[in-house]
Amino acid sequence: MKSGLYGFLFAMWILILLGGGILVTILGPISISGFGQFNMFIASIIKAIIAIILVVIWILILSKLKNWIFRKEIKS
Amino acid sequence: MIELILPAIVSCIVAFFVVFALTPPLIKFLEKRNFVVKDINKKEGVMIARPGGISIIAGIIASEIVLYTFLQLNEILAITITTFAAFLIGYVDDRRVMGGWFKPVALAIAAIPIIVFGVYDSDLAFPIFGTVQIPVLYLGLIIFMIPITGNIINSIDVLNGVASGFTVIASFSLSICLFVMQNYEIAIISLPLGFVSLAFYKYHKIPSKIFPGDSGALTLGAMYGAIAIVGDVEIIAAVALLPAVINSFLFLSSVKRIVEHRQVKGKPVEHTNDFKLKATDDKTAPVTLVRLILAGGPLTEKQVGFAIFKLAIFSGILAIITTFLMGVYS
Repeated sequence: MKSGLYGFLFAMWILILLGGGILVTILGPISISGFGQFNMFIASIIKAIIAIILVVIWILILSKLKNWIFRKEIKS
Repeated sequence: MIELILPAIVSCIVAFFVVFALTPPLIKFLEKRNFVVKDINKKEGVMIARPGGISIIAGIIASEIVLYTFLQLNEILAITITTFAAFLIGYVDDRRVMGGWFKPVALAIAAIPIIVFGVYDSDLAFPIFGTVQIPVLYLGLIIFMIPITGNIINSIDVLNGVASGFTVIASFSLSICLFVMQNYEIAIISLPLGFVSLAFYKYHKIPSKIFPGDSGALTLGAMYGAIAIVGDVEIIAAVALLPAVINSFLFLSSVKRIVEHRQVKGKPVEHTNDFKLKATDDKTAPVTLVRLILAGGPLTEKQVGFAIFKLAIFSGILAIITTFLMGVYS
């Protein structure tokens, strides 16, 4: 079981690195024009919504990963 | 850098010895007033003094006053006020049973000094890829960070010595990362957290003479979160805290709501005849880090504690690797 926990820790770390990459390369550069003084505000809202969706996807991936790692360990 | 050595040494000595000297009389005081709780993992059902948060906050305040005398930084004030507010919130929870939402909401308010003093950088730094500018969203991150780190340390405070021992490893890992990043002032401000936890561990380790209580666990967690924000090392701090993050993640994903541990009916862990800890088959019980560690078979409380410490060391090493990856883009 302990090796599964180390694997789960490592998988979480990799997901953090990947998530950072998506945020910096895709989400960060998003800019909106045509809304005057609200450009930054609307861009922030869009970024927040995408970030929340990403967090939900990450949680689902972690849940699947948790079930996969620990079921496999319990079976063995 | 040289001028920071004296404040660093003096504050670390003060942090360690205030807790080391204050905790024994605090234990006597709490026992005399019957501020004790049963240690459910001991056969004899011994009663243990609580809350030890009083000596922890005393050590933190004394050492940060020393640092402020030398350095006069707003960062010290923001971290200390936020930490003290977290202590008060925890102390209220130690004395009265509060609802599941009390701590997250109150701890969000405790984060306000960091915003008021303006001691944060709204750029969020990620390893390998660089930084992302989120001026508006970052304010939300500050508000969320303190309740998260506070409750994460609190949720791992389930066995003798685990909360304090885990904080020793995580906070010293974070201090090493801050030194590697050459953020020397915040690194020195972070050191007392490790030394306070180390001194408290002496009395909290198995067999515990005192429990930190919510006041102690929230104090340690909130200070850790405040250092992460002020030091601009949010991601690194999250990596160093991963075993405790996993514990909270497993708990929340199995109970599917924000709830106090005492409100959960199913028991994740039970005792064998020789009083070892053993994972239960109860499907209504939450999945926790301890339950997963015990899935391989019964272990003593001490063995489970050391398994958690090994995971903390592993994530501390990952945090240091993450720090070096931060340098890839700079």
